[in-house]
Amino acid sequence: MRLEEVMEGSEAVALAVKACRPQVISAFPISPQTHIVERLARMVSDGDLHAEYVRVESEFSAASVVSGASLAGSRAYTASSSQGLLLMSEVLYASAGMRLPFVMTGVNRTVSAPISIQVDHQDTVSLRDCGVIQMYVESCQEAYDAHLVAFKVAEDPRVLLPTMVCMDGWILTHSYERVSFLAQQDVDLFLPPFKPVNYLDVDNPQSWGSYADEDVLMEFKYSVQQAMVRAKGVIKEAWEGLARLTGRDYGGLVEGYRTQDADLILVAMGSMAGTAKEAVDKARRAGDKLGLARIRCYRPFPHEELWEILKAAEVVAVMDANFSMGSEGALALDLKAKLYGRPGAPVVIPFVAGLGGREVGIETVLEMVHRARECVKKADLPLEANWMGLNEALLPD
Amino acid sequence: MKISIGAVVGGGSSLDYQTGTWRDRRPVVKQENCKACGICEEVCPDGAVGPRDGIFQVDYFFCKGCGLCARECPAQAIELLPEEK
Repeated sequence: MRLEEVMEGSEAVALAVKACRPQVISAFPISPQTHIVERLARMVSDGDLHAEYVRVESEFSAASVVSGASLAGSRAYTASSSQGLLLMSEVLYASAGMRLPFVMTGVNRTVSAPISIQVDHQDTVSLRDCGVIQMYVESCQEAYDAHLVAFKVAEDPRVLLPTMVCMDGWILTHSYERVSFLAQQDVDLFLPPFKPVNYLDVDNPQSWGSYADEDVLMEFKYSVQQAMVRAKGVIKEAWEGLARLTGRDYGGLVEGYRTQDADLILVAMGSMAGTAKEAVDKARRAGDKLGLARIRCYRPFPHEELWEILKAAEVVAVMDANFSMGSEGALALDLKAKLYGRPGAPVVIPFVAGLGGREVGIETVLEMVHRARECVKKADLPLEANWMGLNEALLPD
Repeated sequence: MKISIGAVVGGGSSLDYQTGTWRDRRPVVKQENCKACGICEEVCPDGAVGPRDGIFQVDYFFCKGCGLCARECPAQAIELLPEEK
C-alpha cells in the first residue's frame, strides 16, 4: 500500500503529530494555525488519538499546560501563530530553562499592529533568544517530516529543549500537496515512547526552575547554550535516521541548492526558498552562477554549515521575512556576525522581503540579485537593509 | 556541587536557604513587653518569628529584616536595630 495522499499542509502536520502519540495537546485557536488544532481535536473526540486535549482561554495557558504536562513526564504538543506565540514567550523562556521537551508548531504570521493574518517570520524570529529550537520548512512534506524529527530531537537526553517547527501560514498550512506518510509501526520505531530523565513525582517531591543567584545563573544559561550546540549534531542524526525510513534527504541544517560554483548565493528560510530555487534555475539557464542556501534550522544557528556553503561565494544576498526595528533583518545580523573577520568571507547584502504576505516572486528574487551585484560593482555596500517592493508613494510625508 | 538540568532541586529546599543574609535591620523581642498575642507570627512573611521554648523569638537564619513584626506589634515589644557585622 502506498502511504501517500494529496492533503492540506495542516492535515499533514496533524497526521504527523498524531503518529507521534502525544499524551497531552493544548492550544488556543488562532489563524492560520486553526486547521492543525481543529483536526487534532477531532481525532481526539473521535477516539482516533488517545490524548488529553486541553482547551484553554489563552496561548499563555496553552504553553503552561504543555509545560506542566511535560514536567509530569508526558509527550506534549501545542501550536500557535503571531500574537499567540508572543503571548507564550514568557512561558517558553521558563520551559527552555526547565529543559522541557515539548513540541510546537509556529505557524508563521506577521505581528500586529496593523492587525493582519498574512505570513512573515516576525513572530517566530522574535522568539529566537528564548532557548527553543527552531526549524523552518519549505513544503508540506517537510512539515510532516519535521514534526517527527522535532519530538526525536527535543526528547534526546543530550538536548531536552522545547522544539518548534516553523511553517509559513496559508502558503503551507492551507495549500494542498502530495504528502507521503509513514506507517504507524515505522513512526513507533523511529520515535519510541518518551522516557523523561526527570519528572514530577509525588513520592519524590522536587522543584523545577528553582531560584538561582549571581553565583550560578550564568552556568544555567550556559548549559542551555551547550544543549543548543549539541542539538546541531542531534538534529542531523535525527534527519538522517528519518531519511533511512523515507528516502527523503533535505540536506543538513542548511540545504545548499546549486551552490557549488555559485559566485552569488541567496539565503532564505521557509517557503520563500521554493521561489528562490525557481529564480536560481532561471538565472542558471541564462548563465548566471546563482545558488541558494536554505536555512532549515535557525536556532541553533548553523554557522559551520553556512560557512562551508558560502565561503567560496563573493556575494551573499539575504532574504529576511522579518525585521528588527531600528536595525535590520535577523538572518542578515546572524550571518554578518558569523562571517565577519573570516578571511575571504563574502560580502552580505541585506534584503527585507515578504513582510505581511507581500508577494515575493521569481522576479523579486532576481531583482535582489541584480541590486546585490550592483552594490558590489559600485563598491557601495549598504548598511541598511533594502526593502523589496516598498511603495514609497504610500509613505506619509 | 554541580548544577542540575532544569534547575531541579529536592522538595523543602527553602529550609536550607539562608535568607537571613539579606537583613540590614535586626528585630529584637523585648520579652518584658511581649504579651504573646501572636500578631508578629501572623504577619511575618517568612514564618521567622514565633513561640519557641515558651517565648516569642526571631529565627535569624530566615528573618530578612522587613520590620513588619515591629510595626504591627501592639505592645511595642519588638525593636528594630541596625544590623552590624
